[in-house]
Amino acid sequence: MALQLDAKAPTGPIQDAWDKHRFDMKLVNPNNKRKFEILVVGSGLAGAAGAASLAQLGYKVKVFTFHDSPRRAHSIAAQGGINAAKNYKNDGDSVFRLFYDTVKGGDFRAREANVYRLAQVSVEIIDQCVAQGVPFAREYGGLLDNRSFGGAQVSRTFYARGQTGQQLLLGAYQALMEQVAKGTVELFPKTEMLDVVTKDGRACGIVTRNLQTGSIEAHSGHAVLLCTGGYSNVFYLSTNAMNCNVTAAWRAHRKGAAFANPCYTQIHPTCIPASDEFQSKLTLMSESLRNDGRIWVPQNPDDTRPAHQIPEGERDYFLERRYPAFGNLVPRDIASRAAKREVDTGHGVGPLKNGVYLDFGEAIERLGADIVKDRYDNLFEMYDRITDESPYRTPMRIYPAPHYTMGGLWVDYNLMTTVPGLYALGEANFSDHGANRLGASALMQGLADGYFVIPYTVGDYLSGLLGQPAVPVNDPVFHEAQAEVTGEVNRWLSVRGTHSVDHYHRELGKLMWDYCGMARNQAGLEKALSEIPALREEFRKDVRVLGTGETINQSLEKVARVDDFFELGELMCRDALHREESCGGHFREEHQTEEGEARRDDEHFAYAAGWEWKGPGQPQDLNREPLEFEYVHLTQRSYK
Amino acid sequence: MRVTLKVWRQEGPTTAGRFDTHQLDDISAEMSFLEMLDVLNERLITAGEEPVAFDSDCREGICGTCGLMINGRAHGPAKATATCQLHMRKFRDGDEIVIEPWRAAAFPVVRDLVVDRAPLDAVIEAGGYISADTGGAPDGNLIPVPKAVADAAMDAAACIGCGACVAACPNGAGQLFTSAKLQHLNLLPQGQAQRLDRTVDMVETMEAFFGSCTNYGECQEACPKEISIDFIAYMNRDYVKAKMRNRKLVGQRFP
Repeated sequence: MALQLDAKAPTGPIQDAWDKHRFDMKLVNPNNKRKFEILVVGSGLAGAAGAASLAQLGYKVKVFTFHDSPRRAHSIAAQGGINAAKNYKNDGDSVFRLFYDTVKGGDFRAREANVYRLAQVSVEIIDQCVAQGVPFAREYGGLLDNRSFGGAQVSRTFYARGQTGQQLLLGAYQALMEQVAKGTVELFPKTEMLDVVTKDGRACGIVTRNLQTGSIEAHSGHAVLLCTGGYSNVFYLSTNAMNCNVTAAWRAHRKGAAFANPCYTQIHPTCIPASDEFQSKLTLMSESLRNDGRIWVPQNPDDTRPAHQIPEGERDYFLERRYPAFGNLVPRDIASRAAKREVDTGHGVGPLKNGVYLDFGEAIERLGADIVKDRYDNLFEMYDRITDESPYRTPMRIYPAPHYTMGGLWVDYNLMTTVPGLYALGEANFSDHGANRLGASALMQGLADGYFVIPYTVGDYLSGLLGQPAVPVNDPVFHEAQAEVTGEVNRWLSVRGTHSVDHYHRELGKLMWDYCGMARNQAGLEKALSEIPALREEFRKDVRVLGTGETINQSLEKVARVDDFFELGELMCRDALHREESCGGHFREEHQTEEGEARRDDEHFAYAAGWEWKGPGQPQDLNREPLEFEYVHLTQRSYK
Repeated sequence: MRVTLKVWRQEGPTTAGRFDTHQLDDISAEMSFLEMLDVLNERLITAGEEPVAFDSDCREGICGTCGLMINGRAHGPAKATATCQLHMRKFRDGDEIVIEPWRAAAFPVVRDLVVDRAPLDAVIEAGGYISADTGGAPDGNLIPVPKAVADAAMDAAACIGCGACVAACPNGAGQLFTSAKLQHLNLLPQGQAQRLDRTVDMVETMEAFFGSCTNYGECQEACPKEISIDFIAYMNRDYVKAKMRNRKLVGQRFP
């Protein structure tokens, strides 16, 4: 039977939808809240904010993280900022404009009601964070500073130097630790979720592995929240942290949760190009750099002169030339593809000719070195540390890299997956960003889901479970799941093959980047679809995981994650192949305008694709959630 | 580049450790230090030996997961640089490099180069927060925060919680970490209501886990975010004040 992707989005005027929905949802009496146990997997912005907020309400919360401390979740690495429709700058911003920009920026592949709610609560997020002590940048009068960011024509981005994600996460982490101190949250660090447990069709708990002792444990709860981030590491090289993975979301998918739009991946335009084959990850340089930096390549592809010796007349500022209205501030997908085109046509710069220049020469002349230093010094230092070149003297070299995944577990308006009681928050869900996320919107969404959406929506579900104790961990469903996970661990340890996990991860990443990266076509995707399963079989037979399962064993941690990446990679290719259009981060070479821009097909593809697991080795079934656009009219995006 | 590594290996918290020596002959100067260790691990796996366990995650110097003693220095020879941001170009061809886990009584070794830094979380749990339950926060611009204050709070808040300050300190003291979080919150107007209690609670929890500060200043040198030991002085001032002041009068400007 096909899954019903019922968004449960409220009807009526969109401005009142969230208020109305909040009123319509059932509440849980304060005395009853402590009878409900909620399991939160992941401690990034969504997880920490959600866990803290739910514990404040009186629920019993358990938080699981594979890090040694919840503060290390990858939200910490977000640099640029967080959007909010405060209109502090009096420059024409409003909730409606943020909503409009997000739907349009997402190339009309997001659910309007969700995006409107996101824009609405964005305002409260800033207030909440300020109250927690997040040291946002201030003006001399002591008021909050804003900047324009990533393609927005208004200044609505709040920031804390180049470390906004760090400060927002520390705010949520501190709120979480306060609840730990109060005993309302029990924290499980160094604990990785390896399965979701369901009973009678509802999520009733999880199975975890303690990464230090290897013990496989069962935890039961009335609801399970997956706040486990995105899957960019399927590409091996990405800006994600080394341990970011899809495992929690994928295991949920295998237990019945639909996985939506996996092919929507964001390739961030401003990352440091790879320097050699041993590169373990790519480093992002905040998009805010595009506010003052100018992107160019030499007009002559054979120009080998250092940047400063190439005269103005022989430089091609290709974004300014092709997109005069937005120039260097075009959205990420457009900037990335433009850079790819330059490198593909031989105009790349640097020793491997794999980057484009991001030049601050003009900004330093216009603003003075002091102001440029004030704005970007920590980024410049970071660049200098990695490349040994100072952006004050020579232009940065940048190239796009996988950075964020808009796809993820399908959720309804309440953030519930297709498995009752199982929720997905933040980047782990298929998100409010459609086919392309705007800069400074990931932090906004993670915190919106955690602080301001889940505390309401989870109550509506739990109210129906009043009087029902959580399924005990000695129930057969838990025993079975534990046995399955134990069996998996032992299986990996017994393969004793010849190649390391990283070897196979790198091979998979190469396939994904070549055929399902910044631009895709039918032939490439079909090739990937035949090669990935073959490589996966080889991996399963030949991977080498040494040591035991009773202690820290980092190869063992990785091997299961890479196995899940194989299955995900295949689904990404299938999703990309079926979506016969170009939209946002998904660019099919067959579907482009004469100028090489993405061509959407709204008649056939204005839907979210929710893929349904049909068993190992079986292709997933496609289910569709139609998307309707009542408030933001479908138009071809133009940033010219 | 050619380097000789002396790497600390220890199977578990209670087993004895040892140094293993490895020679790597073809290391690129562009590699990061941890990529060099990745290469070592690939070689070990190929040779059928268990890879060296070490922690790392973001590899861009912000998550605080990584941290190694490199030639006796926390995070190695480069100033203001976390281990993951250290590159091999900071070493010379033919160098011998000694790699150890964080050295501090508060951080027991779990395996090889991985230590347990739970006491850092315990210090935050003791009071490293401003109590502001979700919802009901006033407008973010209601209380202006002078730029100098916001900047100083941010300087302190930049701490990544890696524990290098503790590892670098001859006493294994946790003052720099604790004072950074305290002053991040104590400097801001939003943090005033809990300032005195927060200070006492965090300082006393710190004392339960870590050694004492005797002003060596090694912590500041090792800190990848260059957190200043001035914050320790502020913390000491707040601690004395917190022990003396009548809590009922702190709402008054001129008590």
